[in-house]
Amino acid sequence: MAKIQPPNLRESEVWKSIFRPGSIYRKGYKDTSRDRALATMNNVLWHLHPTKVKRHGLKLTYTFCLGGLSFFLFVLLTVTGIFLMFFYRPMADIGGAQAYTDMQTIRTSVFFGDLMRNLHRWGAHLMVLSVTLHMARVFYTGAYKPPREFNWVVGVVLLFLTLGLSFTGYLLPWDQLAIWAVTVGTSLAGYSPFIAKQANFLLLGGAIVSPNTLLRWYVLHVLALPFVLVLFLSVHFWRIRKDGGISGPL
Amino acid sequence: MTWEETNKDMGAYQQALDAQTSSGADSRVAEGRARRAAVRAYRSEHPEEEAAHAAQARTAAPAGAAAAAGAAPAAAAAASGNGGSVAVAAAPMTAAVREAPLPTGNIPTPKKGAPDKHRLLAIVPPEGIQRVEREQGDRVHTWPHLLIEEFIAMAILFAGMLIFSSLINAPLRELANPNLTPNPSKAPWYFLGLQELLRYFHPMVAGIVIPTFILVGLAAVPYVDRNPSIKPGDRKVAITLFTILFMFGAILTIIGSFFRGPGYNWVWPWTQGVFFEL
Repeated sequence: MAKIQPPNLRESEVWKSIFRPGSIYRKGYKDTSRDRALATMNNVLWHLHPTKVKRHGLKLTYTFCLGGLSFFLFVLLTVTGIFLMFFYRPMADIGGAQAYTDMQTIRTSVFFGDLMRNLHRWGAHLMVLSVTLHMARVFYTGAYKPPREFNWVVGVVLLFLTLGLSFTGYLLPWDQLAIWAVTVGTSLAGYSPFIAKQANFLLLGGAIVSPNTLLRWYVLHVLALPFVLVLFLSVHFWRIRKDGGISGPL
Repeated sequence: MTWEETNKDMGAYQQALDAQTSSGADSRVAEGRARRAAVRAYRSEHPEEEAAHAAQARTAAPAGAAAAAGAAPAAAAAASGNGGSVAVAAAPMTAAVREAPLPTGNIPTPKKGAPDKHRLLAIVPPEGIQRVEREQGDRVHTWPHLLIEEFIAMAILFAGMLIFSSLINAPLRELANPNLTPNPSKAPWYFLGLQELLRYFHPMVAGIVIPTFILVGLAAVPYVDRNPSIKPGDRKVAITLFTILFMFGAILTIIGSFFRGPGYNWVWPWTQGVFFEL
């Protein structure tokens, strides 16, 4: 009786069409210089990196992985944030306050809702911290020096956007903690020279933190600021490579 | 015409080859330069042959005959090459000034049986090649070395966050009430340094001037610090200044977070408790 050969998945046309040459999942990957380079070059995510990097950059105490982890946190916050958006309405009119009741629903009734919310909240705080520490690392290794001056400026914008994202998200639970922290934080805008009233109105959509503010900050939080942040992030990553990869060695 | 059939000066060839080899050129580059020198040396010694070539090219080109048009550029191309790279020629250059053939207006038709794909062959003098001078440096492959490190860092962070988020719930207080101000009212932790400054400065200074100064100052760092060195030993002033400012911000934030209680008055966290929420 003839043996039935199971079809070799890795040799199938479908498999080969998915994994480009050099992929470690493709049949015939060899641990050669060429295939190692192709593994980086032929992958849409990995090719953010050059095929080769300076050896000293691998040392954990040079970068502490802070930039990469900030990016990972951004991705994690996007994923958990999309999950939370399914269950959240930015409405807080008198008698309704769906924003707050939706928060309670997420905590009590949504499968994995509590975990997702916790990941989102703690991740947001951690991202502010990691971006700040990343900036300190870049300063201490002198990585803002020519030709990387402009990328440092882009980084400062990214820090500002990170703070903006965290702050706009802080209002969304619509509990006592949220509106009073935001009231305190935004009260300072009322002291801007010349445009105090206008600045306050633009920020809050009214004279005080109100349901208008909630809608405004929700749109900023889930759409406007992430969009701008991704634009600057793209420039940031692109410039790292164009400016000659990681700085140093010291 | 092959190299063997070309009129050339073998003495000049050998001289140029020796000169190139001793100056450290690659053997193939040296050979190419020596060949050029040999042909030029021959031509400069026999200007009458050159003049005949040029005259032929000039009369052939306007005639417009397909065969002549094909031959003229070839002749001109073979005879030209006085593109300023005199340096390597062993013999002095006295090449006659020659004009390029006038355009014939004939669009060349592809040969019968020519393949659809075409190849372009450009002859480039060795000097024409742009040399990129960059130290290769001590580099390692991104895959696997860097990517594995990044993956491990990411996995550890994610595992830690999963554990932390499973154990500790994010705060959710009672429904927002604009008429009931909690005591104390604090901004999110990353603004508590500024809120702490509010105790000492006018709100416009603490809330507008200082934050603007910090952001603009940070962005201006690379344009202010023009010291090119990245060695910590050469950057004592910059590092000291940054550390002081960074610590200043951190201490203000810690004070605002843990040492301020009801009425935003000073508390000792180990006696009166912590008034801080994330």
